[in-house]
Amino acid sequence: MAVASKLIENNFRMNRLPHIWCPGCGHGIIMRGIAEAIENLGYDKEKVCIISGIGCSSRAPGYMDFNTLHTTHGRALAFATGVKLANPDLKVIVVSGDGDATAIGGNHLIHAARRNIDITTIIFNNNIYGMTGGQYSPTTPHGDLGTTAPYGNVDNVFDICRLAEGAGATYVARGTVYHAKQLEKNIENALKNKGFSVVEGISICPTYYGRKNRKGNAPEMMMNLKDTTLDKKVAAKLPQEKVEGKLIIGEFVNKSQPEFCEEYHKIVDKFTKED
Amino acid sequence: MSKKKNVSLKTNQAWCKGCGICVAFCPVKILELKKDKIHITDKEKCIKCGLCELRCPDFAIYLEEEENGQ
Amino acid sequence: MVSKNVKLMQGNEACVEGALAAGMKFFAGYPITPSTEIAELSAQKLPRVGGKFIQMEDEIAGMAATIGGSLAGLKSMTATSGPGFSLKQENIGYAMLTEIPCVIVNVQRGGPSTGLPTAPSQSDVMQAKWGTHGDHPVIALTPSSVRETYDLTIQAFNFAEKYRTPVFLMMDEIIGHMREKIEIPDSSEIEIFDRVTPEESEKETYKAYDNSLEVPKMAAFGKGFRFHVTGLMHDEFGFPKNDTTVTEILMDRIMGKIENNLDDIILYDEYYTEDMDLLILSYGGTVRSVLSAVREAQRNGKKVGVFKAKTLWPFPEKRIVELSKTVDKIVVAEMNLGQYFYEVDRVAGKNCEVSLLGKANGEPITPTEVLNKIEEVL
Repeated sequence: MAVASKLIENNFRMNRLPHIWCPGCGHGIIMRGIAEAIENLGYDKEKVCIISGIGCSSRAPGYMDFNTLHTTHGRALAFATGVKLANPDLKVIVVSGDGDATAIGGNHLIHAARRNIDITTIIFNNNIYGMTGGQYSPTTPHGDLGTTAPYGNVDNVFDICRLAEGAGATYVARGTVYHAKQLEKNIENALKNKGFSVVEGISICPTYYGRKNRKGNAPEMMMNLKDTTLDKKVAAKLPQEKVEGKLIIGEFVNKSQPEFCEEYHKIVDKFTKED
Repeated sequence: MSKKKNVSLKTNQAWCKGCGICVAFCPVKILELKKDKIHITDKEKCIKCGLCELRCPDFAIYLEEEENGQ
Repeated sequence: MVSKNVKLMQGNEACVEGALAAGMKFFAGYPITPSTEIAELSAQKLPRVGGKFIQMEDEIAGMAATIGGSLAGLKSMTATSGPGFSLKQENIGYAMLTEIPCVIVNVQRGGPSTGLPTAPSQSDVMQAKWGTHGDHPVIALTPSSVRETYDLTIQAFNFAEKYRTPVFLMMDEIIGHMREKIEIPDSSEIEIFDRVTPEESEKETYKAYDNSLEVPKMAAFGKGFRFHVTGLMHDEFGFPKNDTTVTEILMDRIMGKIENNLDDIILYDEYYTEDMDLLILSYGGTVRSVLSAVREAQRNGKKVGVFKAKTLWPFPEKRIVELSKTVDKIVVAEMNLGQYFYEVDRVAGKNCEVSLLGKANGEPITPTEVLNKIEEVL
């Protein structure tokens, strides 16, 4: 008897499930979205490679039935760059967290974007270091609490999408686990882009971030995502005061530019494809 | 979201962690938690919108296509 | 008559030539003196043979991409020096536990910290052994001439592929930047070892970490085996396991694959060791001064032998113990303040007197200093 949908059975290592994430953690929703996007695009599983660093999000590849690599903290994109350049036929996806991608791995994020290497990066942003028990991250809002910000966080947040855009990513989008279908579409479009793509998936962490900051239970945190976000297209039609303070979701960049591996291969071809 | 009528709602209680997301967002309110596990209270009323499946972080509720003869 | 392929080149260049002869197809690195020529030449030569070069954003990324390239099926190398070697350590440990073959060249310079970027040292010998955290197997080779750099680079790739492990090539600035005339061997004379990969028929049963094999077969990503790789302790399929028994079995195997093959891995040369009163043990660039001094000492009737380590790790314990029983004294000559010395003293100290000729001021140990040491101890 089936225990899960066809989507799950087709794309996951069934004997590895259920996953380790806490009750109400939004990460499973993003992971499902990645699987759905891959399936919609009809990729050959043997050619899909999913690479992660360290943290809650980084456990995703272990559950997914592809070529999967769970690397060191912050370095997933650097490993992925090696894999992709060595074999450009592989469809390389990096899953990362807010701390993994923008703190310890921030340098790799901006440089992968600058190169426009064909890697799709999905950042599971739960605004906290969950695996280590709730320390503040580069996306923990100013003033919020973490176990290492017991009197309120004095840091400012990174806007991951603007960071990625500024660094040269050719596809950039933000979605949330509440808006799961749109997020899935963002991931699909990111995969279709031949170049460096970043999708910031706003997740929820009821166990650490939520509890510490009195954000309520999982359904309440989901509701909060609905209430505090605005779609880019909707926001464009609203007066400024109605947009103020809202987190904008949607596609920010989707453009075509020369891709790193293709550019490099032009050099290789010069030497190896002589008649 | 599937609008198909030949699908039916299934649950996998072993994977359910009782977060309550599906219960909160079911448009026809036919889901509830019993002892922290998902239960369908009135399967007949299910409109098969798939929102529960889409937002279940644990893949513990889903619409399954009914095969012929089943 | 076949014309000999004789060239004048520096050690760093010989390293790249050796790597290419061994089948290197991927290099990821970051510029650092005195290893930079290895990156520059790799950048120039790799695309000409269908290979790939990438300059990464930092040393850590250079190591990570090297591992990634190897996982995708290419023979991969990176090169660095002291500060970069420090930065690479975490990912080196990753490659050791996940058993990803690759070659890490360290052209050693004076340290600690930024130290003496353009001066030679052999101060990273212990870092090669213990630099990354946790217990782990280590293979580290060290050349003492330009030709030996060529040969040992090939050997480093062969060991990496054969034992599915990262291998260090511990050069020093003397060897890296010294120019010598070398004869490049014909490819027919070079033995190349490629990693053992699983057969198509093994797709359903493939275990990337099969404990029934000393060295499990390694599939490349994209070849239809869809396996998992993690830096966590893992079972035979590569999945994380927080389990003492699984950890013990895995650790025993990855330590054992090196420790059970010492005779294959440990390489050294000996000079005048049949009849000697004093043995000088040295390696890398320092050996050149040692040999020059010892030849002089021999001319003066002194019975001095030389043990030149080509494999630093695993430690050539068995042979050093044997030799220590045949002499009164051993001198360890190295460009540091005593690293290999302590290891030699540990195994040989009960059989003879072991002393250090160490120097870490950025200058090589000179033949005169070696001669003075010989006078002092004999």
